[in-house]
Amino acid sequence: GPSADPRGIREFVSLDYGLNVLKDGVDTQSETFQANLKAMEGLLVELRQHVEKVRLGGGTKAVERHKARRKLLPRERIDNLLDPGAPFLELSQLAGHELYNEPLPSGGIVTGIGPIHGRLCMLIANDPTVKGGTYYPITVKKHLRAQEIAAQNQLPCIYLVDSGGANLPRQAEVFPDRDHFGRIFYNQAQMSRAGIPQIALVLGSCTAGGAYVPAMADESVIVKGNGTIFLAGPPLVKAATGEIVSAEDLGGATLHCSISGVSDYFANDEMHALAIGRKIVRNLHLAGITEQGPERTTEAEVKEPLFTAEDLRGIIPADRRQSYDIRSVIAHVVDGSEFDEFKKLYGPTLVTGFARIKGQAVGIVGNNGILFTESALKGAHFIQLCAQRHIPLIFLQNITGFMVGSKSEASGIAKAGAKMVMAVACAKVPKITIVVGGSYGAGNYGMCGRAYSPNFLFLWPNARISVMGGPQAAGVLAQVESEKRKREGKTWNPDEEEAFKNKVVEAYEREGNPYYASARLWDDGIIDPADTRQVLSLCLSASTRTAPRETSYGVFRM
Amino acid sequence: SGDRQNKPIEKILIANRGEIACRVIRTAKRLGIKTVAVYSDADRFAMHVKNADEAVHIGPAPASLSYLSAAKIIAAAKATNAEAIHPGYGFLSENVQFAELCKEEGIRFIGPPSPAIHAMGNKSVSKEVMTAAGVPVVPGYHGDNQDVNFLLREAERIGYPVLIKATLGGGGKGMKIVHDDSEFLDCLSSAQREAAAAFGDSRVLIEKYLTRPRHIEVQIFGDMHGNVVHLFERDCSVQRRHQKIIEEAPAPGISEEFRQQIGQAAVNAAKAVGYESAGTVEFIVDTITGKFYFMEMNTRLQVEHPVTEMVTGQDLVEWQIRVANGEPLPLQQNQLQLSGHAFEARIYAENVPRGFLPAAGKLYHYSPPPVSSTVRVETGVGQGDSVSVYYDPMIAKLVAWGNDRSAALIKLHNSLSKFQIAGLPTNITFLKTLAKHPAFVAGEVGTHFIEEHRDQLLPSPDLFKFEAGSAAVNIAEDLRVVQQAAAIAAVGMYLTLREGTQARKTGTGECQARGSWTAGSGFRLNHLYTRPMTMDWKPETAGNTSVPVKLMTTYETNSKFSVEVQGEEPLRVNISGQRASRGSPDLRLEVDDQMASVSLGQYFQDGTNNIHLWREDKHYHYTMPWLSFEREESDDEHGSDKSHREQTYSTTAIGAVTAPMAGRVVKIFVENGGRVKKGEPLLVLEAMKMEHVVRAPVEGLVDGAHVVVGQQVNDNMVLLQIKERRQSVPDEEDDD
Repeated sequence: GPSADPRGIREFVSLDYGLNVLKDGVDTQSETFQANLKAMEGLLVELRQHVEKVRLGGGTKAVERHKARRKLLPRERIDNLLDPGAPFLELSQLAGHELYNEPLPSGGIVTGIGPIHGRLCMLIANDPTVKGGTYYPITVKKHLRAQEIAAQNQLPCIYLVDSGGANLPRQAEVFPDRDHFGRIFYNQAQMSRAGIPQIALVLGSCTAGGAYVPAMADESVIVKGNGTIFLAGPPLVKAATGEIVSAEDLGGATLHCSISGVSDYFANDEMHALAIGRKIVRNLHLAGITEQGPERTTEAEVKEPLFTAEDLRGIIPADRRQSYDIRSVIAHVVDGSEFDEFKKLYGPTLVTGFARIKGQAVGIVGNNGILFTESALKGAHFIQLCAQRHIPLIFLQNITGFMVGSKSEASGIAKAGAKMVMAVACAKVPKITIVVGGSYGAGNYGMCGRAYSPNFLFLWPNARISVMGGPQAAGVLAQVESEKRKREGKTWNPDEEEAFKNKVVEAYEREGNPYYASARLWDDGIIDPADTRQVLSLCLSASTRTAPRETSYGVFRM
Repeated sequence: SGDRQNKPIEKILIANRGEIACRVIRTAKRLGIKTVAVYSDADRFAMHVKNADEAVHIGPAPASLSYLSAAKIIAAAKATNAEAIHPGYGFLSENVQFAELCKEEGIRFIGPPSPAIHAMGNKSVSKEVMTAAGVPVVPGYHGDNQDVNFLLREAERIGYPVLIKATLGGGGKGMKIVHDDSEFLDCLSSAQREAAAAFGDSRVLIEKYLTRPRHIEVQIFGDMHGNVVHLFERDCSVQRRHQKIIEEAPAPGISEEFRQQIGQAAVNAAKAVGYESAGTVEFIVDTITGKFYFMEMNTRLQVEHPVTEMVTGQDLVEWQIRVANGEPLPLQQNQLQLSGHAFEARIYAENVPRGFLPAAGKLYHYSPPPVSSTVRVETGVGQGDSVSVYYDPMIAKLVAWGNDRSAALIKLHNSLSKFQIAGLPTNITFLKTLAKHPAFVAGEVGTHFIEEHRDQLLPSPDLFKFEAGSAAVNIAEDLRVVQQAAAIAAVGMYLTLREGTQARKTGTGECQARGSWTAGSGFRLNHLYTRPMTMDWKPETAGNTSVPVKLMTTYETNSKFSVEVQGEEPLRVNISGQRASRGSPDLRLEVDDQMASVSLGQYFQDGTNNIHLWREDKHYHYTMPWLSFEREESDDEHGSDKSHREQTYSTTAIGAVTAPMAGRVVKIFVENGGRVKKGEPLLVLEAMKMEHVVRAPVEGLVDGAHVVVGQQVNDNMVLLQIKERRQSVPDEEDDD
């Protein structure tokens, strides 16, 4: 046998090598795995079908008309603008899904992040085949969200403008409020002030308010023939002043490049405009933005996880009531499946620890059940550790909520939860949230839900988001209703009560559905679990290019 | 005579350039002898300059002002204290005055004594000397009597067909074949005219014309002590434009007795002129009668000397140096043995479908096959070097040795397949076809070989007109191979791009996390990225024809690509893999369940992205245009120069007049707005001492002419446009 030290101690090549490798713990041959896989694949088929539909834009006729004008679809424009073969992280793909009576594919605007000459940019492209590229309320929300991500991560903005402006019938929901149409230009001004380049490529019309996108841009390009910029189009001009003028003479490329100075670069056609757009990005000198040297937090050599990404699809129980170990998700996502777990034995319903994703150091916070007082305290501690060390945080949400009951209240769970929420709200490190299961109640807050402004938030197709579970809500509401009826002296037969409960459950089921959330921009998109590592890596590297910031906190209730 | 033993040479100046300069330097280095290179303006960064211990600038690019300037070369030798000059081949190698000048200046000329050069330099004199020495010469008249009737009688005496040649000629100029007496007078006067124009001397000679001749030459070597040996023969029959392109040793299909006879004849020839150093006695062999006749003697080291080296195991440059040192020949005749068989293929920058017109340009991609004890690559260029219009367009010599002729031929073909050159047209594909031709494989060589087998060696450009829909079946199969290769080339390009962006990022201290953005994964959320791309296939054998190949490449997960080639019969190819190593042009790919090793060469030139793929035995060339706008300044990442902007006219437009070869504009006959008829000369280009008249392809008005006399133009560059007459008619009416 091996060299026997009488004390039973032996030597190692490297003491900690292999110490932290997670076990898979997944039997891919098992019936459960296969059933889970089948259920998830069903969800993915549905997801891809929805995405396939929105990628077609606003219907065959509109697309044909668009192409007849030698124009590309927004995603094709983006493909050509980006570095050849580069990834494109599209955001809020399913915005506007079943939101209005009429379909509004992708909310009428395509947004996302991709590299141009190696420089990550936020691309915001109107889809003129969808309602003429006009801004519905969700279009405005999506545009503003893209700008918010750009501002937060200091990404140059490229606007591929081809829009009829605000959707006039819905002006009340689009025009007047703070986070409405005008906010787009406010954001342009603020970002420009902060040294985040604002670039507009005018590939179609930019009418009325839309005219301010190129006008507010640092640099703008306009395409001969197709591109127009004016506050009022020929029909309105005729009505207002009687002047009869063509769109090209009123606000075309020649006018704006040679006379008005509203645009800076004259493009012969759309490809030319995109090429000039690439040149503009190439010439950006972002001395104003300090980039964090990623080598400080990354390793040169990247190990792939030991387990295949696709197997993640079979880990998530088809039945949402069943729990599963979040570590098996982590094992499929992090480099070498290596996870250095922090405070493993304390508050075990919250899993915290250090890992790397494609070389980038991260702190991971994941749920393994209901949050108890100890779990929340551990979470607050770990978040402080990461904020102190400038380590980005990843939240893997699968949370039914904080523990209820007298014992729990007496242990000060509200206080403990508040500490975690305080830590999450104030930590000035990149935060990325993936909802890998349920996201219910105050658990959503402590685990960096949308209200806590994570840099990015994505859902898995099995995710559910609501203040509480449907059956729980039905129970609570039924009890309230029952007591009300009792006060009024009315009876409530069990069938009626059951129908009442079912209605509530159905409503929760519908509104807690990931498509319902994504349609309303409560997240940045729904992703295939197998893409989690890729998406996290893209998001991390998009959000770690700002200078590290010092975190300070409010008053922790002790 | 023993008193001619010299002090051994310690430093040699090589009065040459290119591969032969490198060849001489290699042996000199092995012997510990220092070397001095000379260079013109065009060769400042050439390989022979880098390889030499010292190098001296001798003038501007034209050879007449540099490599042919005896005074400058002698001065360079004196300045560097070189004791000897190796002239290589060409340039001053057979120049009597130069050899004498060297002697006067006390510099050893590594070659024969000047009287031998002189005797062999004049065809008539050399044949008289040979006749006197009993060496058979082609029946003919080489005298000074140029009387027409006398010459006619001589022709009758010799027997038709006869050949009329300029007495001072060479290279086929002023050469006429006369089949019977009725043609004789016309041919004679024409030959005399051409001789007068080309050489300033109208004298001609008449020789028996052999209908199925072979060109067999014998390598001989002499020393200062009167010894002469032969190192067997070479067959150099396969020629184009009277220049050898493939040579072999020994000659196929000859008997040992014939070998002894021809070898002895060559030794006799050399002895007749007191020959020293390396020389080649060329014979013409009548394949019908089996007789051989002396043609001429080349008093230098030949281009094709390596095949002799391979079959004798000797280093002829070393022999030259030892002989120049006064040593006796290293081996006696009976010590020389033939071993195996060797081929040499000359790789030229030339445009095969355009009648082997010389080409020039940059070697954007240059990757010769691996060398070994049996495969030699003699070259004077490397990747990134240029083949200049000023000198011979030979890029390299590929030499392959085998136990016998068929083994050597297999190795030659295999090595040719691995010879990768992109950036200019070459004859590699032609050489591969030649090496596989059944008649060549069978050793049925002759000087008319290429003419006789032209149809199989040079496929007609018409074969590539697929659009007509009447294409033959085998062509359709070829097209699918071409399409599959296009798919591989596209994926190769994407993989290169992937590596390129990563390398760039890593180079600036960036890391892999950011690498996920620059990894070229084509990642898209919840769908796959499909990238359209059209590549134009440029069939090598079809001049300017191009066949578009439309590809839709899908970036699958796990770094796989699936490519759909669009067309009547869509083709789907699944490809995955990676580069052999970072920066290498070699890729290791899995193509539809088969592993494939391919190489990729890419470069940008004249507004076009060129993609070359080498797969198995084949080479494919595809192009993709750059985005370009005439009116707007549309400069690009790779630098835009004047010539790029001049390229904005499509070369495929009707009426576009393009340069048929790289060259210098020496004359312009037209100006913008001028009217020309179809076939009217527009301008004259000069390259490789050949003038080429560019004529109007259609009738019309000249437009866009911007070239000037003296300007260097690239192959395929648009020189001007001819606007068709039809279009200009309304303008004329307006003017009236």
